[in-house]
Amino acid sequence: MLLGLLEALRRAGLPIGPGEWLVLLDGLSKGLGTLDVDRFHGFARLCLVKDASHYDRYDRAFADWFAGRVSRFDALSESLARSIPSEWLDTPPDLSALSDEQRAAVQAAGGWDELMQQLADRLAEQDAPHHGGSRWIGSGGTSPFGHGGHHPAGVRIGGGKPGTGRAVKVWEQRRYRDLDGEVQLDTRNLRVALRRLRRLAREGQPDTLDLDDTVRSTAAAGGLLDVKLTAERRNTVKVLLLIDVGGSMDAHARLCERLFSAARSEFRRLELFYFHNCPYERVWPSAARRHENGLDTQELMRRHDQDHRLIIVGDASMSPYELSVPGGSVEHFNEEAGLVWLQRLQHAYPHCVWLNPLPREYWDYTASVQLVQERMQGRMQPLSPDGIARAVDELKVGLRVGGGMGSMRS
Amino acid sequence: MSTPRVGTPRPYITTDALQQAVDAALLLERPLLIKGEPGTGKTELAHDVAHRLGAPLHTWHIKSTTRAQHGLYEYDAVSRLRDSQLGEARVADIGHYIVPGVLWDAFRSDERAVVLIDEIDKADLEFPNDLLQELDRMSFHVHETRETISARHRPLIIITSNDEKELPDAFLRRCFFHYIDFPDRPTLARIVEAHRPGVGPELLSAALEVFFDLREVQGIRKKPSTSELLDWLKLLVADDLPPEALAAGDLRSALPYLHGALLKNEQDVHLFERLVFLNRRREADAKRQR
Repeated sequence: MLLGLLEALRRAGLPIGPGEWLVLLDGLSKGLGTLDVDRFHGFARLCLVKDASHYDRYDRAFADWFAGRVSRFDALSESLARSIPSEWLDTPPDLSALSDEQRAAVQAAGGWDELMQQLADRLAEQDAPHHGGSRWIGSGGTSPFGHGGHHPAGVRIGGGKPGTGRAVKVWEQRRYRDLDGEVQLDTRNLRVALRRLRRLAREGQPDTLDLDDTVRSTAAAGGLLDVKLTAERRNTVKVLLLIDVGGSMDAHARLCERLFSAARSEFRRLELFYFHNCPYERVWPSAARRHENGLDTQELMRRHDQDHRLIIVGDASMSPYELSVPGGSVEHFNEEAGLVWLQRLQHAYPHCVWLNPLPREYWDYTASVQLVQERMQGRMQPLSPDGIARAVDELKVGLRVGGGMGSMRS
Repeated sequence: MSTPRVGTPRPYITTDALQQAVDAALLLERPLLIKGEPGTGKTELAHDVAHRLGAPLHTWHIKSTTRAQHGLYEYDAVSRLRDSQLGEARVADIGHYIVPGVLWDAFRSDERAVVLIDEIDKADLEFPNDLLQELDRMSFHVHETRETISARHRPLIIITSNDEKELPDAFLRRCFFHYIDFPDRPTLARIVEAHRPGVGPELLSAALEVFFDLREVQGIRKKPSTSELLDWLKLLVADDLPPEALAAGDLRSALPYLHGALLKNEQDVHLFERLVFLNRRREADAKRQR
């Protein structure tokens, strides 16, 4: 029975190995997390989930798995029959969410008020847990009241006493939704993601005492002090960041600001320039002075050699003409199309990615996003910690191979 | 060898889930990794557990320069070098220059000890991997003296992390993991009662009202947490503030009283001032139109 849970969790993408599973079984055999489904849910989470960002996925998979097994847990059903939160009696459900068929069934049962009246009556009569069947409040069956059952106009009952931390089905509250790695974004997360792009090397003046080496060489010299110095370790990766500003990007300003602050604390050599919609022949060193002359993009590419990692941040949402046709830009007359400039940038910087603050689900609806994605040869990632982690992996390729990405030049 | 006992215990309110996590870690003898928002009492937990078990607590605060070896033992080569130049007799025995670390102390304890490895994410990325063997077997080898130190009683190891770095999978596999939720209202009320018994029920409920409203505000960068609430209440009590003063102070019309204890970030204070300002202007406009 439990193996079903393991399968469900692995299907949900949780990295669970046999080791954790055996620990869970070991614990269960010692009486941990038994007798009570909340305790089981908690104990299994303790053993199997190692990251708060996976809590939400775990809760959902657990809910799916558990849905079919309600009746096996007696403790659950007991608390079910005991307390019915008053909200259930107060708030009429949103009838518009029902299908026509279901609505007809509600009416057949005498409408909402009638149903609540019946529930009140039945609550008064019932004094024991009940599962299955067609009348009493409990799980399963076709009674209109309870949960896990089938009745088109049913009233779901699944609350515990508020405030005791023992609400039934804590996993249905989706409390950890915000922690899912694809969702949450704060500077720290971004930094952790960006940190993977570190390439530490000792650089500069040797001015730090290397104690270990000093001790070693002193011992080797028979006790005569031999001081050894070493240079400080620094992150030597050079990053060129191009950020889209204005227009549709205003909605993502906060996100970009966070990315920038994370990137700045992570990389010593970070150069930042701005563009609007698509980089053309000029980029701007400051977002506020975007209507002044700015820097020639050719000059940008001359000043920054190809060791730089190029990160372009933009939602790539614009008219396709802005990308494909000379003169398509909304702000000025560009002699060459946006895609040509993108290609040049890629040529100049073999290690480049495009980060898009739009969630991946929306990409397919915008022609320009697809155009850019095509031009970037798939190297567009969403601006989320997971997306950045994948982008960093792309950028890292060259760190090991040593610039062997010539085939990217088209 | 020192056996630091936890002296005057500070009250600590656990939830069922956390209790269960500690029980499991004790019974199955696995390290317990604790994460959660700053200020939710991750470090306090270890103190509380040690106090309840009546066990000595060994604390190991991790810094960015800490290495795994520091927790086991250190070889004080400099002392030995100096002694050798002075011609001391004890220099012949290298054992004199081995300085035991936190884990050594805990392993050699006569009773089951509690070890707190605080803020493990501060250390280098490889740090947790260097401890795998030691935490698994609860023993380690001292190369200098060729002896093996193994635990007489497997200590309960509590590890806290603020999520600044990801921990390696191999390390996570060996731990139980628990995420401390931000306490809900009743739990928080219990926590406050335990820590600040002087707070009257009216002031408490008014303060909690403001506190939870504040946490709900969109766009705030550093949400105030339990420890900030406790500090703030201490100030309020010291100020002898009548509860009505808080209740009247709607978040939209004024900054909360003594907000410096709650908002730790300049941008957050600015955000608030802006919200308050906008709201006042809206109210003034509405009045004028009438």
